[in-house]
Amino acid sequence: MLASVGAEWMKLRKRPSTWVLGGVWLAMLVFFAYVLPYLTADSDTGPEAAGALASTLPAELVGNAVAGYALFGGALALILGALSAGSEYGWGTVKTALTQGPGRLNVLGGMLAALGLTLVGMVVLTFAVSAGASAIVASIESAPYDWPPVADIVTGMAGGWLVLAMFALGGVALGTATRGTSMAIGLGLVWVFVVEGLIRASASALEFLDTVQRALPGVNGGSLTAALGARTVEEGGAPGVSTLISGWQATLVVAVLAGGFALVAGWLQRARDVV
Amino acid sequence: MTATAALDRAANTSPATTEPVLVARGLTKRYGDVLAVDAVDLEVHPGEVYGFLGPNGAGKTTTMRMLLGLIRPTAGTATVLGHRPGSPQALAEVGALVESPGFYPYLSGRDNLRVLARYSGTPSYRIGAVLELVDLAGRAGDRFSTYSLGMKQRLGVAAALLKDPRLLILDEPTNGLDPAGMAEMRELVRRLGEEGRAVLLSSHLLGEVQQVCDRIGIIAGGRIVTESTVSELRGQADLVVVAEPLSQAHQVIAGLVGDGAVAQQGDALRCQVPAQQVAEVNRALVSAGIDVTELRREEKSLEEVFLSLTGSGATIGEGGSHVG
Ligand SMILES: Nc1ncnc2c1ncn2[C@@H]1O[C@H](COP(=O)(O)OP(=O)(O)O)[C@@H](O)[C@H]1O
Ligand SMILES: [Mg+2]
Repeated sequence: MLASVGAEWMKLRKRPSTWVLGGVWLAMLVFFAYVLPYLTADSDTGPEAAGALASTLPAELVGNAVAGYALFGGALALILGALSAGSEYGWGTVKTALTQGPGRLNVLGGMLAALGLTLVGMVVLTFAVSAGASAIVASIESAPYDWPPVADIVTGMAGGWLVLAMFALGGVALGTATRGTSMAIGLGLVWVFVVEGLIRASASALEFLDTVQRALPGVNGGSLTAALGARTVEEGGAPGVSTLISGWQATLVVAVLAGGFALVAGWLQRARDVV
Repeated sequence: MTATAALDRAANTSPATTEPVLVARGLTKRYGDVLAVDAVDLEVHPGEVYGFLGPNGAGKTTTMRMLLGLIRPTAGTATVLGHRPGSPQALAEVGALVESPGFYPYLSGRDNLRVLARYSGTPSYRIGAVLELVDLAGRAGDRFSTYSLGMKQRLGVAAALLKDPRLLILDEPTNGLDPAGMAEMRELVRRLGEEGRAVLLSSHLLGEVQQVCDRIGIIAGGRIVTESTVSELRGQADLVVVAEPLSQAHQVIAGLVGDGAVAQQGDALRCQVPAQQVAEVNRALVSAGIDVTELRREEKSLEEVFLSLTGSGATIGEGGSHVG
């Protein structure tokens, strides 16, 4: 499968949209996780402003870096996955790649592995940019450079990666199922930004919706990032972050959902005619 | 019945001593109510260029997709180089261009081939070689999206050749090419056949397959209507004779090939004369003192061949009789 990983990696690396998505993510990270909280704290007093400033300091590196993964980061990862899988249908490259002979699941496996690698890069960049931003804040504020322990950083990276991987796999499954990009991205974003929000909002009123929401990708992603240290919405943190579900349960559900998306994509890839 | 006769003839003239590289038996594909491919039997031998001739919608692409494992047959079986279609073993030595060439628009031609070479585990020195072969080396660094239709098609052929395959499956590779490009493509396919590769070439142009193929299978409505060698198809071309006096010429030719095979058409005679008898007709006319101003073979259009092959059994019988 290494050969297919190499092929997919080359496609991803040279594809402009990969870099656009990465750039958009980092710009959003700097603005929403650092610049905005800093400006809020600067122009305001009170507990929320103090919390906002604290989140930008080195001690909160892990939580602040992964805070956006449950919603915005996840949405971008979903787009990345949907583009990777769906474009192949639009361009007619499915047949071209498959007739090279590596086998259908091998081609898909290569795509998933290359996406996984790309997300590793994204997570590392996220942490690096976050560290840089909080170092700047610390120096301006003359706050201590109180970095979290390495073990926490590694756990944070792994958990954050898992959340992004789940969304990317969801995108791959959608792109494969719809044999295209626009429908896949449209459906995926409507799900992430609309459907989940509506279910969450109604969950307190209807008991079965409360059960349903505990299985949702965004809710579990948000709970996982909260467990890693992200501030919840109630604390003025990023949208989607909540402590509804315990960290370990959320990790498990995220992993199961990721596996489920991969299975769906694999089954479709294997069973369907390429026309 | 007559189609079977055609198949028997084809079997006699094909190099049956070697293992076929491609065998299909009763290959069938049904899409809902549409029977896209209906019990197609096919054999392609090493070094043979097999023309798969049929109008649009005949089932050529669908058959090729099945042979490449892209779609599953509804019924029937096929082996490609002794393996199941679409299996890595079968695809290892098969190069294919199916329908329009599908490439990554944001990558250069060369990078596209690099990606494919990675998938197939082909050493990268092949990339330069195949780009050279299809005359794309000069533009290989440009993005695929900037290519003309003809360049895209040529890159598709380059991709098909990347693995240095024993069997090529080319689906209408001259689509979108200008006349010069078509001629080049035909030359390339012919050369590939001469190198000992087997080629399955589909086309809706009779002239095209006639010029490059050893054997031709005509497909219509998902069925192989007939299989024949190029010379057999050529044999069905009419001989057009313009001579003075025409009525005397009519008599002379009718005396050689029978009255039923000669028909007057305007100021010319349209005769069904086997290829090997044309010279004899010419001699007879001249020695009878007739002024022959025109003597040419007019190949039938694909439409006419179809009609003669599918329309009435008698026509096929005549067409085939002068070969055996
Ligand atoms: N995916 C599909 N779904 C439904 N019908 C199809 C599909 N692909 C091909 N067909 C039908 O099958 C027939 C054969 O098509 P095709 O193999 O593309 O013909 P050709 O390549 O000879 O032009 C046509 O009638 C076409 O409409
Ligand atoms: Mg076709």
